[in-house]
Amino acid sequence: MNFRAIPLSAWIGIIGVAIAFFCAIFGPWIAPFGETDVVGDVWAPPGGEFLFGTDNLGRDLLSRLIFGARTTILVALAATVLSFALGMLLSFAAAVTGGIVDQVLSRVNDLMMSIPMLIFALVVLAVLPQSLLVLVLVMAVLDSTRVYRLGRAVALDVAVMEFVEAARLRGEGTGWIIFREILPNTLAPLLAEFGLRFAFSILFLSTLSFLGLGIQPPAADWGGMVKDNKDGILFGVSAALIPGAAIAFLAICVNLIVDWLLKRASSLRGGRGDG
Amino acid sequence: MSASTETTKAPAQPLSTPASKPDGNPLLRLILKRLGLSAVLLFAVSLMISGGIEALPGDFATTYLGQSATPEAVENIRKDLGLDRPWAERYLSWLGGIAHGDFGTSWASRNSVGEQIANRLGNSLFLAFFAALISVPLSITLGMVAVQFRDRWPDKIVSLASLAAISLPEFFIGYLLILFFAVKLGIATFPATVYDGMGVMDRLSAIALPVATLVLVVLAHMMRMTRAAILNVMSSPYIETAELKGLGAWRIIAHHAAPNAVSPVVNVVALNLAYLVVGVVVVEVVFVYPGIGQYMVDAVKVRDMPVVQACGLIFAAFYILLNMAADMIAIIANPRLRHPR
Repeated sequence: MNFRAIPLSAWIGIIGVAIAFFCAIFGPWIAPFGETDVVGDVWAPPGGEFLFGTDNLGRDLLSRLIFGARTTILVALAATVLSFALGMLLSFAAAVTGGIVDQVLSRVNDLMMSIPMLIFALVVLAVLPQSLLVLVLVMAVLDSTRVYRLGRAVALDVAVMEFVEAARLRGEGTGWIIFREILPNTLAPLLAEFGLRFAFSILFLSTLSFLGLGIQPPAADWGGMVKDNKDGILFGVSAALIPGAAIAFLAICVNLIVDWLLKRASSLRGGRGDG
Repeated sequence: MSASTETTKAPAQPLSTPASKPDGNPLLRLILKRLGLSAVLLFAVSLMISGGIEALPGDFATTYLGQSATPEAVENIRKDLGLDRPWAERYLSWLGGIAHGDFGTSWASRNSVGEQIANRLGNSLFLAFFAALISVPLSITLGMVAVQFRDRWPDKIVSLASLAAISLPEFFIGYLLILFFAVKLGIATFPATVYDGMGVMDRLSAIALPVATLVLVVLAHMMRMTRAAILNVMSSPYIETAELKGLGAWRIIAHHAAPNAVSPVVNVVALNLAYLVVGVVVVEVVFVYPGIGQYMVDAVKVRDMPVVQACGLIFAAFYILLNMAADMIAIIANPRLRHPR
């Protein structure tokens, strides 16, 4: 791994993600005010005591942004990790076993993917009780359908290679074939996909929170903060745009890293690096 | 469900049927198969929505009345809403009702869901139609420009813009446009209110900002995918051959690349129109636009299940239909299937 070989765009992405994670981890120590403390006037302008101004209830926007980083990143990350674990396990199992297992899993996956993700989430969240765990699970299960599709395609590519057949003829079990033969050879595209899904999870969570169906107040999260402050737009108060910009910033940074990973993966395979 | 799985299955079929069989039109057969698949899918989706709602934990009656509701009151409201009947019976009557346009009654407002949807669906389609009208030609042109100037500055700008647009949440773009054009400059209207009997010009000016938002959201995806699709064709060996033969750039594009690029590009367009269907939900909420997306989100918040079910089914139906259209166009445009061997 050569640090010089990392392009500038990827460095911007890495630094941006590092800042966001730093805020998420050390939030309570670096935030100037508490998460739910009312400290000033409603929609105080940026500058002075409050760097970004205050929100619709007079809470410090910067502090809520920092606390929001924790909630947003934690939930999005948890959902992505879970969806990856689920999607990978099922897709590799389907690709390795084949036959009826593959057929059933793939058809169920097709069915779930035939409903747009947001619509599916809306229907499901209309029924389920509102809680953080439910939110993470719903996001993870819906997201895992996309992971499954990629994972199956990638694993099928690798599963027909000679070394997999050799392992099978050696008498290795399905578990060994999945974790020791296929997984190491599919790591690069999967890592890029992980980043892509993480960026998507951030956007998806923010959208749900913005619609009032994600993380519930008074906990700070970026999408919810946009919703809280949206009425200010009419008076020219830009408080709603700051958390929106934070979401965009984090998503762009993650995507920059993904782009670099994808390019690297395709150049390792000898591709021409086309989009 | 993708075009690729369908088309890869295709060549195997003529081989499996005896050569003497006369109905050897693989094109027609594939299209009929795809139609049937969509119908099955739609039915399965209706079953899944209804069954899923039934199977998931959570009781509307208790949510509706609050935690302290007496069991009798809960029982009454369940009977009132018809929830005491078995699920299969309710599902069948729901499906039967949809067959003649009856989507049931809203629990919250006691209005007919079908009537509400009929009004609002028109509004949503109006919005989506204009967004598509602008974004489709624009993105195809920009995608071609990006390919033509590959790795030079127009291409770099296109990829940078699409990266930004993919990362920006819809509501952020929407509020940015509102703050800039409606509040600061005052040249656009917010909220985007439309009502019956509104003049066409008024209506168009009301939806200018939501359409702009949708265009920006879809444009990037469509541009990126168009670029990839055209690039894929342009980097194939027979284009290289044409170049080496000394053919002119336009002849290569018109005679060699275009016939093979049409189907992936149209596929891209249909897929992105399907994406537009979903984008409408958030944009409608941002602009307080009286469409079906707003209706659904409001219903989800109060757990008004008949409305949620109906809207969910309609969104899914549009999505499935557009995906089907994408696949069918890919099948029809595939010259290998038009000339069965």
